[in-house]
Amino acid sequence: MDQVFSVEIVISNKPQARDPEGETIERDLIHKLGFQSVKEVRSGKLLTVKVEASSEIEAKNKILLMCDDLRLYNPVAHSVNLRVRA
Amino acid sequence: MKVAVIQFPGSNCDRDTLHVLRNVLGLDANLIWHNDFKDTSYDAAILPGGFSFGDHLRAGIIAAHSPATDIIRKMAEDGKPVLGICNGFQILIEAGLIPGALLRNSTLKFVCKWIDLRVESCSTAFSCSFERNSQLRMPIAHNEGRFFADDEALDRLVAEGMVVMTYAHENPTGTSRRIAAISNKDGNVVGMMPHPERASDHILGGTNGLKVFESMLEWARC
Repeated sequence: MDQVFSVEIVISNKPQARDPEGETIERDLIHKLGFQSVKEVRSGKLLTVKVEASSEIEAKNKILLMCDDLRLYNPVAHSVNLRVRA
Repeated sequence: MKVAVIQFPGSNCDRDTLHVLRNVLGLDANLIWHNDFKDTSYDAAILPGGFSFGDHLRAGIIAAHSPATDIIRKMAEDGKPVLGICNGFQILIEAGLIPGALLRNSTLKFVCKWIDLRVESCSTAFSCSFERNSQLRMPIAHNEGRFFADDEALDRLVAEGMVVMTYAHENPTGTSRRIAAISNKDGNVVGMMPHPERASDHILGGTNGLKVFESMLEWARC
């Protein structure tokens, strides 16, 4: 029987694509105010979706397919990471 | 020549573009709401600048899934001239009609200024009236205009003559290799961040942009 799963979609720039927002947060906020132990900040976009599926794996696969089909990220510059919650 | 200017919710350079096509160049041009664009008799299409669908998720991505984009894709395949200006360029990229990505400016600032450009390729529907390496001045006004592709892809774009225009003296957005305009392989589809429609009438401070539209006419004659 289908359950509703909550899936977090995190879209961020690939390592080779500069992320000026993350760089600014790191340089002008985190390092400036003393948190030198932080070595990197990358910003991104978070979408939380609720999806009906029979299992966590199916929920993840459905959303991954949707991300690819609708091009929710541009594969030239972005990577996408999914986290599923029951 | 019959030209379609496609309006999306949030387009705001549509009427400027129509003015240049109709009143400056005397063309048969129409504004068409994106959901109503079904007429396949148009010879060329222009996706104007603006903030289609509020730039939500990513500039151009929602408009790229509009039914109008299917017609635009067919026109592109048929070799008809298709121009995307600013947000229109972002739409063409997100529709996959032009390779690459347009990311947020490296300065994190909306850049709005006149800028010098260099013509890198005259083999496209929107640059064939220029001479290669000639310079021109047009305004830019955008927040997401940093063209990005990996080095291998950039080398290929340069080698295949798909880089249409670059910023001549400065790089206000951190765009890869100063790229300001890109075409598809066949040269009939072009996306550009600068606004030729804002540089096509003396009252606006310059007319260099007119040649972008005149190229479209010359391309159609060839």
